[in-house]
Amino acid sequence: MTHLTEDDCVLHYYGEAGDMKSAGAHLAECESCRRSFEELSVALQAMTGADVPDRGESYGAEVWARIQPKLEENLSRRDFGWRARLGENLSGRGVLAASFTWPRMVAAGALATLLMAAFVAGRYWAPPAAPPVAPVRADATPAPTAVRERILLIAVGEHLDRSQMVLAELSNMDTAGPVDISAERDWARDLVASNRLYRQTAVRDGKTAVADVLDELERVLVDIANGPATASPADLERLRERLETQGLSFRVRVLGSQIKKDASRPLAAPAPSTL
Amino acid sequence: MDASDLAVVARVRAGDHDAFRHLVERHSRSVFRLAYRLTGREEDADDIVQETFLKAFRQLARFESRSSFGTWLYRITVNCSHDLMRQRPRAGTRTSLDDPDHGASIQIADESAGANPMRELTRRQIDQRVRAAMTELSAQERSAFVMRHYEGLSIEDIGRVLNLRTSAAKHSIFRAVKKLRRLLEPVAGLES
Repeated sequence: MTHLTEDDCVLHYYGEAGDMKSAGAHLAECESCRRSFEELSVALQAMTGADVPDRGESYGAEVWARIQPKLEENLSRRDFGWRARLGENLSGRGVLAASFTWPRMVAAGALATLLMAAFVAGRYWAPPAAPPVAPVRADATPAPTAVRERILLIAVGEHLDRSQMVLAELSNMDTAGPVDISAERDWARDLVASNRLYRQTAVRDGKTAVADVLDELERVLVDIANGPATASPADLERLRERLETQGLSFRVRVLGSQIKKDASRPLAAPAPSTL
Repeated sequence: MDASDLAVVARVRAGDHDAFRHLVERHSRSVFRLAYRLTGREEDADDIVQETFLKAFRQLARFESRSSFGTWLYRITVNCSHDLMRQRPRAGTRTSLDDPDHGASIQIADESAGANPMRELTRRQIDQRVRAAMTELSAQERSAFVMRHYEGLSIEDIGRVLNLRTSAAKHSIFRAVKKLRRLLEPVAGLES
């Protein structure tokens, strides 16, 4: 038998190797594979993780007590797909219930995010031309402008984190056939609007390094947002290639780190921005 | 157990909505455990438990008896967890592996340290590192690894939960193990 790879060892550790006997026999004979397997075993055994808080025997009853009123409320609205499939009459579906469908809620969430981004970008990333009111002393309370810029930095940092997560989710998908990416697409749609605002604000304030990265990020997000709800392995591969060619994931990560670094500097003695 | 789950599902579908209580009582703790492993936050896990059962109730007609009810429930749990993590991207759960004060929150004087406080401290440090390392995995890798390593699901069932082919589920676990080993290398062997 050929030597065991790390993946073979993982399968053997979890008892999922196709041929456990052969793998076991090889480990008994081959010292180098046995050593690799032992190292892997030690590493995996160390990953016990933090203890899960004990919820006790009565937890199920507590959960039931919490959700039962909600179930009854929903039943009274007769808003259940499964009841419709069972042939029950859904003619009494209320207007209120119909208003709280997922697409509407997603749209409302996106609008709220957009309004928040607009508020933060417009109000807190003040143009550099604003005249100082008084000289700044080292021991003085940070100027409101500095505080505002800090809030914007944090907001942009979080936006970059979220964007990076969408890109990572899609790039790490490993599928043999078409895969549903509707959740990632909805997420990208939310991010496009905020991204546009941050990019426009960065351009206006002459922060070209930020604007460039946001511009490239926006193109990718727009393509995902306007793309189909399912992606083939080839689609995902193309996206991976695009991200690698442009080095976008890396640039987003670096920019995010720089922004977080700037955002964590003391306000009383701000260092020159790297942006 | 599964046969009993299916019988209860049939009763609920027939209109006995209170029968759903049996499913909630039977599976709440395992759903909480999985949600906690995925999110790392107790309050989030509690929210996910509620959301999972509410969704399960609403979508009961979609449940096909080909898989076990528990597996189907896990699928909803994983989706709820992913949704929540997206809404709160890493906020409060992410801990930097490079943070020198990484283990600052460890309670050295904890009584549970027992007879060997040094060993308990080391174990907690490793736990902290593992928790931080888990946030470096993609959602798919984290879910696959948690279900295999902590919950003991078969790779085939993990594929069903994540809607992946078995080979893809397998590769998610391989990637997770590789990343975790690399991230935890600095503390490897501490406990031995």
